[in-house]
Amino acid sequence: MKRAARWMGWVMFGALALLPLGCAKKQDSKPVASTGPRVGLVFDVGGRGDQSFNDSAWRGLQKAQAQLGADIANVVEPGEGSDRESALRGLAAKDLDLIFGVGFIFTDDIDRVAGDFPGKHFACIDYALKDGAAVPPNVLALKFKEEEGSFLVGALAAWLSKTHRLGFVGGMDIALIHKFAAGFQAGAKYADPNVNVIVKYAGVTGDAFKNPTKGKELALGMYSEGADIIFHASGATGQGVFEAAKDQKKLAIGVDSDQWRPEYDGVVLTSMIKNVDESVFQAVKAVKAGAWKGGVQELGLKENGVGYVYDAHNHRLIPAEIHDRLEALKARIISGEIKVPKE
Amino acid sequence: MSLRRLPQALAVPLLALGFSLLVGAVFVLAIGRDPVAVYAELLRGTLGSPYGVGQVLFKATPLIFTGLACALAFRAGLVNIGAEGQLYVGAFATAWAGFTFRGAPALVLAPACILAGALAGAAWGAVPGILKARFGSHEVINTIMLNFVAIALTGYMVSNVFVVPETVHTPEIAAAARLPRFEAFMPFFGGSPVNVSFLLALAAAAGYALLMNRTRLGYELRVVGHSAGAGEYAGIRTGPAVITAMALSGALAGMVGSNFVLGYKHYFEGGFSAGIGFMGLAVALLAQGSAVGVVLAALFFGMLSHGALVINTMVPKELVEILQATVIASVIVSSNVVQDYARRRARERTAAGVTP
Repeated sequence: MKRAARWMGWVMFGALALLPLGCAKKQDSKPVASTGPRVGLVFDVGGRGDQSFNDSAWRGLQKAQAQLGADIANVVEPGEGSDRESALRGLAAKDLDLIFGVGFIFTDDIDRVAGDFPGKHFACIDYALKDGAAVPPNVLALKFKEEEGSFLVGALAAWLSKTHRLGFVGGMDIALIHKFAAGFQAGAKYADPNVNVIVKYAGVTGDAFKNPTKGKELALGMYSEGADIIFHASGATGQGVFEAAKDQKKLAIGVDSDQWRPEYDGVVLTSMIKNVDESVFQAVKAVKAGAWKGGVQELGLKENGVGYVYDAHNHRLIPAEIHDRLEALKARIISGEIKVPKE
Repeated sequence: MSLRRLPQALAVPLLALGFSLLVGAVFVLAIGRDPVAVYAELLRGTLGSPYGVGQVLFKATPLIFTGLACALAFRAGLVNIGAEGQLYVGAFATAWAGFTFRGAPALVLAPACILAGALAGAAWGAVPGILKARFGSHEVINTIMLNFVAIALTGYMVSNVFVVPETVHTPEIAAAARLPRFEAFMPFFGGSPVNVSFLLALAAAAGYALLMNRTRLGYELRVVGHSAGAGEYAGIRTGPAVITAMALSGALAGMVGSNFVLGYKHYFEGGFSAGIGFMGLAVALLAQGSAVGVVLAALFFGMLSHGALVINTMVPKELVEILQATVIASVIVSSNVVQDYARRRARERTAAGVTP
């Protein structure tokens, strides 16, 4: 007892001694006054550092800070379900020009908060449209045609597969992820009618997007069943898919951001990218120009909302002739000649 | 509580708070932020506005339910780590009743939804109770395992059985099942989803106190909790008592859905809880089993929970989590330290022959 008290005393003393130090530090790192729009953002459950969707949104904000002088100090990573609305509300009460919610799960929260703050601008990535319900006038619903990008990487995988067998690892088993699977399967079948695609999901809760162990397990299963290229749409879970691909010396396709990294050189065939960063940047830019508009924006191959990676890192994995065919396919989707199914 | 114990009761939170704020300050300093500013923002965001107060009450509501659930089990000598699973199953049942029995009048439907949640939670809690009573298998393991089952099962239901496209929630409950928000009659709570289920939680706390302290069943549970052997000797059958305690505990946890489903979102959503059931253990430990203690501890943790969100723009999420865990751990440690001290003082007094 006595010892505990003395120990506590030391901790308190230490804390007090450090106090002035911290106060001094704070003045050193005073942020530079920004001139651009003030932007707030609330992250999805995956949070910053998922090397995927949330990080892409964050890159968009950083670009806005660098090029438009935007103030991006107000970002929140919420914990449980009710925190999302509460976090949005907290930001809405501040003097901000535009507030982002990153992820479909924000749809209802944004609707509610936007209704209570009609003078504020909101934007929601992957906003889920509801039958018969309009998007509030002060909300910009950013949607991506993931199926179009997935179609292209599906065709690419089928052209390159030696086993005529491909894999798809989805995160959470929901309609949004089904779009990736549908596009991938359609693209693969288009390129090679005899192809066989194994489709599996990591789980049924939000945790399915941050479970690399499960991702690796699923991928190893698919490779052992003869698949030689796996496409994942599973957030951080996909890190396990890449590990499995490296172990088995097979190929994997990344998602959302360019997921090539030095340690996965020769493993990541390409990535189906979703230009969340660009859409975030464009929305901030519109605010700065005074041209911001609410409503639905659907971004596909045509709008450069989705695409695939072809650069110095994966050149040698994709023959030029295959790349040409892929580009031709892309043009036919953009022209509307090929319609890509969503499910 | 007698007046003599008042200084002790006040010493716990004050000592804990002071200690944990200092430990937290060390972490805040370590990343080069000003702890005073962070704490000021935390206070301003929670108690500084009616909305903040509303959020604290809203966050405290489910913690009262799970706190009571864990406290009841503790007093019967059981550790219920399964409140998380019980609340998932309960909240799902609440939502299911709400969107299935459309057309029922409000006076029937809302209570029926709450009852459905309590029953589902009770059933989920009773399973480890039965396993313990019948086979002697430890309730800690079984309640933990049933958490996984409950979360996966409700998640499966949402994504495969009661699907609403492009969402992870069930259909909406009938309007008649909704519990009104406080802002409906107290507009100053503007925007906060705190609702009538807070009053329900207070009523549950009162019911818990009555049950434990004024009824035969409560007495039996306490005796079993104190010493199963003594209970058997006095003619109390341990098996049924264990099952009853676990079922009641599960029923309390199962009522969490009244707050989130009936009072707030109006649907069940996968992943809505994120640890409310586990936090109930901390609430119950701090409360030392008393109903008033549970309510106060839940309010305190509710304030921390909302405060964590408020300061998230100033410090990274990881730090917020460290702060929260540090505060909780210090509160519980210092409550032990103070009790220890009080016991020693009492012993010394008795030894010195001072009559109290």
